[in-house]
Amino acid sequence: MRITQGTFSFLPDLTDAQIAAQIEYCLRNEWAVAIEYTDDAHPRNTYWNMWGNPMFDLQDAAGAMMELNECRAHNPEHYIRINAFDSTKGWETVRLSFIVNRPSVEPGFRLVRREGAGRTLHYTLESYAVNRQPEGARYG
Amino acid sequence: MSTTEALADTTEQRPAPPPAERIDLAAEYREAGVADVLERLDNELVGLAPVKQRVREIAALLLVDRVRQRVGLATEPPSLHMCFTGNPGTGKTTLALRMAEVLHRLGYVRKGHVVSVTRDDLVGQFIGHTAPKTKDVLKRAMGGVLFIDEAYYLYRPENEKDYGQEAIEILLQVMENQRDDLVVILAGYADRMERFFASNPGMKSRIAHHVDFPDYDNDELVQIAERMLADWNYRFDEGGQEAFEEYLVLRRRQPHFANARSVRNALDRMRLRQALRLFNAGEQTISVDALQTLTAADVRSSRHFADTAGHAKP
Repeated sequence: MRITQGTFSFLPDLTDAQIAAQIEYCLRNEWAVAIEYTDDAHPRNTYWNMWGNPMFDLQDAAGAMMELNECRAHNPEHYIRINAFDSTKGWETVRLSFIVNRPSVEPGFRLVRREGAGRTLHYTLESYAVNRQPEGARYG
Repeated sequence: MSTTEALADTTEQRPAPPPAERIDLAAEYREAGVADVLERLDNELVGLAPVKQRVREIAALLLVDRVRQRVGLATEPPSLHMCFTGNPGTGKTTLALRMAEVLHRLGYVRKGHVVSVTRDDLVGQFIGHTAPKTKDVLKRAMGGVLFIDEAYYLYRPENEKDYGQEAIEILLQVMENQRDDLVVILAGYADRMERFFASNPGMKSRIAHHVDFPDYDNDELVQIAERMLADWNYRFDEGGQEAFEEYLVLRRRQPHFANARSVRNALDRMRLRQALRLFNAGEQTISVDALQTLTAADVRSSRHFADTAGHAKP
């Protein structure tokens, strides 16, 4: 099941040229570019692992692509995303975030139903991959 | 079906242009805007004739290569990494900035900015510190020119705990694998750079262009001084000019002569003496002309003249 978090998720996977173009857009807007990866892409998991430090003061997307390619080499079966942070007053938040790498197989999520008092139902999501294996061995 | 038809229409509306058999290099030259940069280079840099010639050669090579690429003849992008050697104050940094602009106009670097670094920016102080530092610099320089001043300091064989070798290895890797993204210009004194290359043959083999900067002669230094003074709204009077020419002869014999940098320092001291002379004169009013003029007295107060006089006495 395809994870649809972040920008561009309903489009086909971005090519490297398209990723570089998006990073160029971020740099033109003077946003800081950061790379994060995880093997627990639950919609409520906002704390992915950072790859290196956020990159400030870059002029060209090639530097960020270099880091992204290194992250892919080390985490080929993880989700990897690019975050762009805008530090200007009034924003001070992530302005763009999109997935640039996915595991080859995405088992997806199970809908868990827990029955409460008075026949109340509580719904929650559970990742098949997360349940199956510990961290680091969940995909592939 | 309608999409297919639209695509077909688009294709038909843009027939491929007939293959061009003759190419107008002069038009290419104008279009790239390199002429402007080279002209400014000629006007703004005094002397350095061999360097300017070399820059023109490189620009011509890159321009022709660009044309060849467009008509399908080029096989591999040319290597652009350079090494500038020469004594201090001979214009190496200035030319690096101009070179970045030339490369940008010709389309070989996408952004054309210059990141200037020395050893401290690349080499860390403890284990594991060097690689992130070097990579950070490389990321900032991507799309432009990385200018490494006094590059020989990266290599210190006498210190077994030195991490410069690691920085060199990372540089070599990026210079080879990402030559489309980054141009590296090393700069330093000729003899030390020669020793550096002897110890790091990999680095030398990746440098495509070695540009040597000759020392300025005294006439050129006088020109440089006059340009600096004009920028600062000063000028020499006749006596000052003569005295300055004598000063250059004496100064060149002293150790640590640094060409244009020594001239700048000397002019700074002359301005200081001029200000003191005007202040001490005690006159109630000073003309604007006096404020602008450096005289023989301002020049001959230099220690170098005193040394000569001292030698002459016995």
